[in-house]
Amino acid sequence: MRANCWYGKQDVRVEQVPDPKILNRRDAIVKITSTAICGSDLHLYNGFMPTMEKGDVLGHEFMGEIVETGPDLKDRKVGDRVVVCFPISCGNCFFCKQELYTLCENSNPNAWMMEKMFGHATAGFYGYSHLTGGYAGGQAEYARVPFADVGTLKVPDSLSDEQVLFLSDIFPTGYMGADLCDIKPGATIAVWGCGPVGQFSIASAKLLGAERVIGIDRFPERLKMAKEKAGADEVINYEEVNTYDALMEMTGGRGPDGCIDDVGMEAHGGHGIVYAYDRAKQAVMGESDRPIALREAIMACRNGGTVSVIGVYGGLIDKFPMGSVMNRSLTIRTGQCHVQRYWKKLLEHIERGDIDPSFVISHRLSLDETPKGYDIFTNKEDDCIKVVLKP
Amino acid sequence: MQSSVKQSARPAGGMLDMNAEQLARGLGYFSLGLGLSELLAPRAIAKISGLDEKDTGVIRLMGLREIFHGLGIFAQGRRPKEAVWARVAGDALDLAALGAAFASPKTAKGRLAFATANVLAVTALDVICARALSSNDRTSTGGTIVKKSIIIDRTPEELYQFWHNFENLPTFMKHLESVSVTGDGRSHWVAKAPAGSSVEWDAEVTEDRPNELIAWRSLEGADVDNSGSVRFERAPGNRGTIVHVDIEYNPPGGVIGSVVAKLSGEEPGQQVYDDLRNLKQVMEVGEVVVSDGTVWDNGFLTQRPAQPVSGADLAQSQGAH
Repeated sequence: MRANCWYGKQDVRVEQVPDPKILNRRDAIVKITSTAICGSDLHLYNGFMPTMEKGDVLGHEFMGEIVETGPDLKDRKVGDRVVVCFPISCGNCFFCKQELYTLCENSNPNAWMMEKMFGHATAGFYGYSHLTGGYAGGQAEYARVPFADVGTLKVPDSLSDEQVLFLSDIFPTGYMGADLCDIKPGATIAVWGCGPVGQFSIASAKLLGAERVIGIDRFPERLKMAKEKAGADEVINYEEVNTYDALMEMTGGRGPDGCIDDVGMEAHGGHGIVYAYDRAKQAVMGESDRPIALREAIMACRNGGTVSVIGVYGGLIDKFPMGSVMNRSLTIRTGQCHVQRYWKKLLEHIERGDIDPSFVISHRLSLDETPKGYDIFTNKEDDCIKVVLKP
Repeated sequence: MQSSVKQSARPAGGMLDMNAEQLARGLGYFSLGLGLSELLAPRAIAKISGLDEKDTGVIRLMGLREIFHGLGIFAQGRRPKEAVWARVAGDALDLAALGAAFASPKTAKGRLAFATANVLAVTALDVICARALSSNDRTSTGGTIVKKSIIIDRTPEELYQFWHNFENLPTFMKHLESVSVTGDGRSHWVAKAPAGSSVEWDAEVTEDRPNELIAWRSLEGADVDNSGSVRFERAPGNRGTIVHVDIEYNPPGGVIGSVVAKLSGEEPGQQVYDDLRNLKQVMEVGEVVVSDGTVWDNGFLTQRPAQPVSGADLAQSQGAH
């Protein structure tokens, strides 16, 4: 089959690789009908993620049709049309039982690597380095899906691929950002970063009953989308005004009830994901502004409010305003998205017509054009927001 | 633990430590001297050791390596354990190069044999020194001790029953080929060793407390002397069982074997923890979970790319398991 393989910094190639096979008893093989490039794939593309190997198949947002099933797979059969979520979760362990699916204790065969870097390991993820298991990804014609009963969601034929594809990652991820804010009626929520995940945080905050949602970014086309498509009430372009001052002006000096960091370290031109301590510290010192969204979110949040961190952090950050967090009784909540906790409910929202997630798509390419997709996405050329690929 | 033929008594503590450190410094100076000679006078070195005089490039590289190791020993301070182990690895490279030279028609075989004997002697010194410096990780008889634990969402009864049938052990201990129960609390173990070989031993159960603890040790004549115990502790909050494993063993192939294991990224503690994680998978999801990268092995250097496995690769992996 053809698959998009990583070969080094800004070097991805669509190549012929072996077809995936059933390796474990609850596996399924999915024939992919739609897949996408995620903002977090750009880390791999730009060479910031250690433990990549030449030939790794990328991609963790994909969907398609089940064409083969392992002997112990229940509730899924050949012919099912499914969305696959990026976390690989066994469904049986302590964390899966608490719906903390990205913390599955059994799905990361390279857990030992991550333990050395983070103290404990996360679940396995598709196409996202060997640190997260060494699983081939979904920018390909076919993919092996372990624990397919937990890791796939059956979707009705009445909805198009583009309407349901983002249930794989970015819609639930954005939604979790809002969910972690524990939104009460009348709440004001500010969202840092209006990339695809930020767009979904804005839309989700609205779905969850926030009265006023404020989007923050520097790209006019993203701010426009936030206002016109995602439903932001107001937007702030941080290149034109000071974000903190603008938020205080809007909220009479109290600050938003919930602040969502949908930026992470990635939007600031690279980060030292899980490099050895010295390298990370050095890198952070070299670019002291990198956790700028997180610092701003903390400083702007109202007393006793919640800061929800969804943007990806990989290592160490510098100058973290802990005094502000502690003295003002802030709550910080964070995590890789436990997709399976949310995706059924979000599918219902899509079916009811509350939201059509396809609004974030800016580019549609064939699988063979994937390298071009990475190029325009990484350079934000042509107002690129989200690239969908068709195998 | 059974004492074995190859475990000679070691002199006690301080005296030996001092000797090992002096020996390390001596080896450091030796590295620097030999390295400089190889770097500056490769032709002379080639002549003395019976190598092809055109191989000066290789000899210069060996020289650089020697200097690097020498500096490493001094840079690492009082107990340059890793640096001396690095010398052992370097010796292995030199021996490999000399071995290759034997095959060449342009080499003087008599001198080559002399050079090889010298390198072997130095290797022995390196090993003794490195082993003495590593004595902190070792038992009084030179073995390795590993203690690890893992929490598994099963009852102590279920885990005890599973472990008590020793024939189940190879399903989660990746270095075991087979265990066959021979009766009378005894069993025969076959384990994989470096370079495709295997080691075998008979073991007996030394303690057996139902649902609580199993202890075993190898019998006289074992390729690898080892003993171990597994303890099943009920976890608080009805969260399953904490499995505690203590293993004490002399690595296959003795010290060289343990160096080879270390070089291939198989630190014993890590190995045991990986095995326990596999046990957790077997108990909680029914089998060991594999990714494309870890079909063969999950060592840092032994992973394959995260790309689907071809039929041939898969056959190889099933042969290896």
